[in-house]
Amino acid sequence: MAKKRGTITIDRELCKGCYLCISVCPNQLISISTELNQMGYYPAEFTETDLELDQHECTGCTTCALVCPDVAIEVYRE
Amino acid sequence: MLKKVFTRPRYLKDRVFHYCPGCGHSIIHRLIAEVLEELEIGDRTICVPPAGCAVLAYDYIDVDMGESPHGRGTALATGIKRVLPDRIVFSYQGDGDIAAIGTAETIHAANRGENISVIFVNNGCYGMTGGQMAPTTLPGQNSTTTPGGRDVSRDAAPIDLSEMLAIAKGSTYIERTAVNSPKNIRRTKKAITKAFKIQMAEKGFSLIEILSPCPVNWKLSPVEAAKRIEEEITNYFPIKVIKDNIGKIA
Amino acid sequence: MSRLRCTVSKKFLLRGSQVIGEAAVRAGCRFYAGYPITPQNELTEYMADAMNAFDNRTFVQAESEIAAINMVIGASMAGARAMTSSSSPGISLKQEGISFLASQELPAVIINTMRGGPGMGNIAPSQGDYYQATRGGGHGDYRTIVLAPASGQELADLTRTAFDYADTYRSPVLILGDGMMGQMMEPVTFPDPIRLEDLPQKSYILDGAKNRPSRAIFSLLLDPSIEEERNWKLGRKYEIIKREIPRAESHLTEDANLVIIAYGTAARIAKGAVKRVREMGLKVGLLRPITLWPFPSKMLCEMTRHVRNFLVFEMNTGQMVDDVKLAVEGRAHVQFYGRPGGVISTPDEIAKIINSLYHRQQLEEV
Repeated sequence: MAKKRGTITIDRELCKGCYLCISVCPNQLISISTELNQMGYYPAEFTETDLELDQHECTGCTTCALVCPDVAIEVYRE
Repeated sequence: MLKKVFTRPRYLKDRVFHYCPGCGHSIIHRLIAEVLEELEIGDRTICVPPAGCAVLAYDYIDVDMGESPHGRGTALATGIKRVLPDRIVFSYQGDGDIAAIGTAETIHAANRGENISVIFVNNGCYGMTGGQMAPTTLPGQNSTTTPGGRDVSRDAAPIDLSEMLAIAKGSTYIERTAVNSPKNIRRTKKAITKAFKIQMAEKGFSLIEILSPCPVNWKLSPVEAAKRIEEEITNYFPIKVIKDNIGKIA
Repeated sequence: MSRLRCTVSKKFLLRGSQVIGEAAVRAGCRFYAGYPITPQNELTEYMADAMNAFDNRTFVQAESEIAAINMVIGASMAGARAMTSSSSPGISLKQEGISFLASQELPAVIINTMRGGPGMGNIAPSQGDYYQATRGGGHGDYRTIVLAPASGQELADLTRTAFDYADTYRSPVLILGDGMMGQMMEPVTFPDPIRLEDLPQKSYILDGAKNRPSRAIFSLLLDPSIEEERNWKLGRKYEIIKREIPRAESHLTEDANLVIIAYGTAARIAKGAVKRVREMGLKVGLLRPITLWPFPSKMLCEMTRHVRNFLVFEMNTGQMVDDVKLAVEGRAHVQFYGRPGGVISTPDEIAKIINSLYHRQQLEEV
């Protein structure tokens, strides 16, 4: 059975760099950007952004979006 | 091929939250917005926000809102609901609002069995005013008015208002949850849904107490704050259904 | 006693507090919250009976005066004509709520049946809450419309007026009665009850954002320049109110050398005193403010053209006398006589005071 693949987008200008999404992603696919956003935070970023969908380990489980206080994450799934 | 499975809910305005990084208010606001959309009640809902960090809730949750003096939200909600009984009326209040200055109003609204829902955000401190002791601050917990930690002999023990409300004959449903983990966030959403469904069915007073992180005033990172709820706060305020006079509700 | 279910205008004999209750019901009051306190319990009890007779009206005996005023805020937000009542110490408790009503520009009617004070005081009638009513008594830069009935009929008429002013000006309105007014029985007539559907629509209420954007009613304005704007906006409203509604009754003032100024129960006593001294040949009149805020300053100021001596009589140690002095702008002598604490003067007592003042000022000459 093929695993569902997913992807997320993180709005870096909404993110406050709280690390909650990073702490809950089961596949550790989120890290902290080294570039400041306009609010002065280092926002989270999705490490699979530059990969093709069929290379993703992201399953679109939405756990990151669930804990994100700032609704910065949108989740897509096949 | 790719479907969007998570996005900003309709009843959450497209604005940056002023809340601190990792604040529980942000999560709870989103859950409420999701529930209003799923139950299709947003256009007949009126909310009474608190005095506290969430005083500006009307900037975020897209429903009619009526500001209340500190602590009196359940009294305002009573007035609104009695005049407009077919609308969904809920108050959103912190621990000072509910369990200090507003204790009488909270207990009596529950005792009267007012057909309202109360969202009680318990973050164990007075956030907006800079981190003073709250009725729910834990023994030993530092705050700006309990330097050195809350000392029960000097500062009294924390108050468990949800347990008190369960004794009130008019209260139908009291549950304590938290928003410190994915599992608890899902549980909180179910609890909020139940509270609104109870009101829609005109079955009386419900209150959902939500343990919520306050990273800035606890002087912890958001991840550490979430952990503190799990490891420390739930020992004092356990996550559970405190009173259920309704059982399953469709 | 059970409320009157009659819609035909004829004379009724009721205690003052009950008159207010019946007038409120006929004015379309849909929500009442109150708490027992002497000497106004007859009003709370009347509303308990009256509101329960309707399907869509609410009576709540609240857990405190504070809860009651806050329920009224909610009911007003939801669009209902709403009322609460208490007596002096309970009105103190309501002040934060009244300040919120003023800033949120919500209509509401508050009845204060004044008693002796300060503190626990007593249950006898006094006028010790004039400052509280007209100078706040809540925080912030707002004013409350204050009406002072002096008869059973005025209790009925001014209660209706209070609800109308509250809606017209989107403001709390206070009726300042006292323990005597609350208990006395005089024949009154009531107008027909207003039909709720005939009440003016309110565009600002919270009733669920169906087919319209959501709205918020709030008074928190963190930006000082926005708060300043709000304060001046309220100020402009108060200027309009000051132009449109000041009211006073003049009694035998046209040829008067000395005019008594008194309101409410004090005015009734003063009227009796004026009758006695007129029989003695003294040219004395009475000016009875009916709106305490806005104070009938213009009327009083114009009176100083031909009257240069005023005696303010209050059932307190001197509060309205300040407004009289402000209004006459130094053009007349203003004296004060007061009996605080719930003591009720007799017309004879006041007549003696008037007589002595009249002669000391040598007011025979015109």
